Amino acid sequence: MKTFPIGGIHPSDNKQWSKAKAIEVLDLPDQVTIPLAQHIGAPATAKVAKGDKVLTGQLIGEASSFMSANIHSPISGTVASVDMLPNGQGLRQQMITIKREGDEWVDTIDRSEELKRECGLSSKEIIAKIKDAGVVGMGGATFPTHVKLSIPDGCKAEILIINGVECEPYLTSDYRTMLELGERMLVGVEILMKAVGVDRAVIGVENNKPDAIAHLRELIAKGGYRGIEVMPLQLRYPQGGEKQLIAAVTGRQVPPPPALPIHVGAVVCNASTTVAVYEAVQKNKPLIERVVTVTGKQIAEPRNLLTRMGTPVEKLIERAGGLPDTDVKVLNGGPMMGRAMVNLSSPVTKGCSGLTVISGDEASRGEASACIKCGKCVSACPMGLEPYLISKMSRKKLWDAAEDHNVTDCIECGCCSYSCPANIPLLDYIRLGKQTVMGIIRARAAKK
Amino acid sequence: MKVLILTVLTLCVLGGLLAIVLYFVARKFKVEEDPRIDDVEKMLPGANCGGCGFAGCRAMAEALVKQDDISSLYCPVGGADVMKGAASYLGKAAPEKGPEVATVRCGGVCSKRPKTNSFDGAKSCAVASSLYVGESACSFGCLGYGDCVEVCQFGAIKVNPETGIAEVDPDKCTACGACVKACPKGLIELRKKWPKDRAVYVACRSKDKGAVVMKACKAGCIGCGKCEKVCPFGAITVENNLAFIDSQKCKLCRKCVNECPTGAIKLVGMEPLPKEPKTPAAKPAEKSDAKTETKE
Repeated sequence: MKTFPIGGIHPSDNKQWSKAKAIEVLDLPDQVTIPLAQHIGAPATAKVAKGDKVLTGQLIGEASSFMSANIHSPISGTVASVDMLPNGQGLRQQMITIKREGDEWVDTIDRSEELKRECGLSSKEIIAKIKDAGVVGMGGATFPTHVKLSIPDGCKAEILIINGVECEPYLTSDYRTMLELGERMLVGVEILMKAVGVDRAVIGVENNKPDAIAHLRELIAKGGYRGIEVMPLQLRYPQGGEKQLIAAVTGRQVPPPPALPIHVGAVVCNASTTVAVYEAVQKNKPLIERVVTVTGKQIAEPRNLLTRMGTPVEKLIERAGGLPDTDVKVLNGGPMMGRAMVNLSSPVTKGCSGLTVISGDEASRGEASACIKCGKCVSACPMGLEPYLISKMSRKKLWDAAEDHNVTDCIECGCCSYSCPANIPLLDYIRLGKQTVMGIIRARAAKK
Repeated sequence: MKVLILTVLTLCVLGGLLAIVLYFVARKFKVEEDPRIDDVEKMLPGANCGGCGFAGCRAMAEALVKQDDISSLYCPVGGADVMKGAASYLGKAAPEKGPEVATVRCGGVCSKRPKTNSFDGAKSCAVASSLYVGESACSFGCLGYGDCVEVCQFGAIKVNPETGIAEVDPDKCTACGACVKACPKGLIELRKKWPKDRAVYVACRSKDKGAVVMKACKAGCIGCGKCEKVCPFGAITVENNLAFIDSQKCKLCRKCVNECPTGAIKLVGMEPLPKEPKTPAAKPAEKSDAKTETKE
């Protein structure tokens, strides 16, 4: 069975809590707050003002540049404010608050359940529709999908890879999506294949989801989907990283930035995003809802909830039985790459694949001691970096040296911190170094 | 024995010859350098702190000698005396600048700014501030992990474990500005240094609206503008819900201190003005607050 060539770790997957829970629809919230920056790149520009009436699916934020994404209203109602509000990390960002009145949809959206397989659109039309619908990568990185699908001149896509790996422990939203919305996903794959002009697509799924593999294979055989193949992958974190997945499936290594996956002929798209693509192209439905896993040992009733964007996080946790009275850590995402939250009234966004609740004891990192140069972080790093070294460089503010040692290649997977026997917060410093060096590189480019 | 003598002799001759070669080479390729650079360098404190903006004292000395107009150059560590000395030696006009001291503009002590979560990551302000708001609900306040302490070469700044806020020792502070650059929240400012370390400043940097500030911290500036109105010297400006006292215009009249409803204006080294009789109801409590603040 295939996997990526270097590094990686084997954390316990802890998917048992929410794995068997079918997707449920969460009640519509009375009020939503929608950040204008839910994606990588420039924030969208607000198209509505206080007092405006909006319909479900109406455009409320317009992409401000190519590297940006549209934002649509997830409910119908009245805009209460466009203001700076705290996000999950307590930092203020521009958000639109909408008070709900009923649930009236924009009439161009096809809300029927039936599967629509035929798509007569051209590649350009498909990408335009995806752009209009504001689809971004839903695995967590929130990279605008239309940018990914726009193949730069001189490059040619050879293979489409669908990321159904979900290597992050605890999370099961992609898994449930593949099981329950598998057909829509396969039509989405066909559309994406057409959009990027390839005749081969591989759906990568880790072998801890044998039922998803079997289900998709059955659907492919039954529906006669041509050129689509399901590839089981050996369980290993961070297989769901774009570069790791490409290496696992094709055996090709993506060169360091600014090279993109397309330079080795691959386009990668997440499983949930593929469903969103289907809905955008076939049903005219913008990205206004997603499946969010609410899970953890501390949660009484873990669930997979189909949630409208902008719903306060506390509503989801409430639906899953609420938080215990003890000290807990709530993560937006999984335990490896998720971000700790301090504000539970913050909204669900396009990149929020799950909410993981872990106890204070589990979350505690323990006292850090000196580095003994055991090299575990080096063996664990899937990008072949030297985490102990670049972490130290960032700590000592040796930005030039950190750049020379490719700190910008770091994918922030956390394998180094996870494997460090001395509990050194390696990634904390590496992330700081990466941000600073990226800033330096941008400033340098701007000067030229 | 013969070998020994021969060896010593050969080495002596070789050494002599090479010395002559070196002498001529040194004469031929001599780098002309202004001897005044060495003299000026000796006058500078030699801390190599970079507070002047140059890589070290040598670079500063070079700039002082080479530039005709030295009004933009200043050694914060040496201060006016050193600058005057160097300027008179070089026959140039000394830059005018009074002594300054680093001031941490946050008054959100533990009792005023409740902790809402605990941070378990790398103990670094830069790391914490790049990740999230911090351990309180105020996104502008001092994080207290001591990035400023780490960069101070003079041991002049410490994080007080009781208040969780960095504090400057004015006697040791040379106003080199290293901490100003190190603070990711931009809380530290170089302010005019008064005799006996007296100071009046707004100990808050929060640009949030008043209601938001009140929720996060009881000692924050709510931008009410009362101080701006009462200041007779026009030293106070309120912008983005935040008051700022220009230390160059402030004359330490202390009128603003009693006006401030949250005690965000800090008074150091002086007694507050006696309370005015016209608003007797609300004032006393605030004044006692201001006093305890001063002690901290």
